[in-house]
Amino acid sequence: MEPGTSRREFLKVTVGAAAGLGLGAVITVTPASATPAEMQEAVRSVIGSARVTPGKVKLELPPLIENGNAVPLTITVDSPMTEAQHVRAVHVFTEKNPQPYVVSFHLGPRAGRARVSTRMRLADSQTVLAICELSDGSFWSDSAGIVVTLAACLEDGI
Amino acid sequence: MASALINVPPKAKRGEIIEIKTLISHVMETGFRHTQLGAVIPRNIIRRFVCTYNGTEVFRADLYPAISANPFIVFSTVATESGTLSFQWTGDNGFSVTESADITVQ
Repeated sequence: MEPGTSRREFLKVTVGAAAGLGLGAVITVTPASATPAEMQEAVRSVIGSARVTPGKVKLELPPLIENGNAVPLTITVDSPMTEAQHVRAVHVFTEKNPQPYVVSFHLGPRAGRARVSTRMRLADSQTVLAICELSDGSFWSDSAGIVVTLAACLEDGI
Repeated sequence: MASALINVPPKAKRGEIIEIKTLISHVMETGFRHTQLGAVIPRNIIRRFVCTYNGTEVFRADLYPAISANPFIVFSTVATESGTLSFQWTGDNGFSVTESADITVQ
């Protein structure tokens, strides 16, 4: 330390530098979960640059779930499911799971009814997004928020 | 040994929409978990599920690690003719299970 530096100034500089280093370290660590921006990227990688309009799809999720390891979800699309007008695919995405993709269902006129159910994992309380692709090439979406008490994916194995 | 449970109505009227429920036993290991020693548990999931009706594909699903263990999938199809519904699950490490169910259409 130079003779002119006071104890206060010395502390300011060193603490500031340490904080800066700490912050730098936090930023360089890859996040354990996807971000809403990553979800948007994933959506674009599946559906391209098409415009997505809210409506026609109904995503049913419980508003609160205790166990994020098995969250029931049901997706219903308002469609006559005929040869001329049917649902081609239904995609599900999440914001905060380690990966934004959940599932892609591929349907057709043979399905008769556009209604599918499954069980998914959720790592955190978040918004789930369902996008459906119709036979005329249009995309429709619905989203639902859910509170998760016990998160999936985080517990360690043996 | 993987085992699958399928629920298909044995009889249906022509043109009726039938609901099909499938459940298969599988760990669906995500590949994001670690052992207590810090080693990553490798991913082991079912990646694809296909249902064919007398050889024609009627439903398909691409699965990702976010699907719960023992994947449960419910969908529907139109009972067009008597025959066989065949279900196939394929995934990591050469996983492949095929099951079938017969349906009589009046």
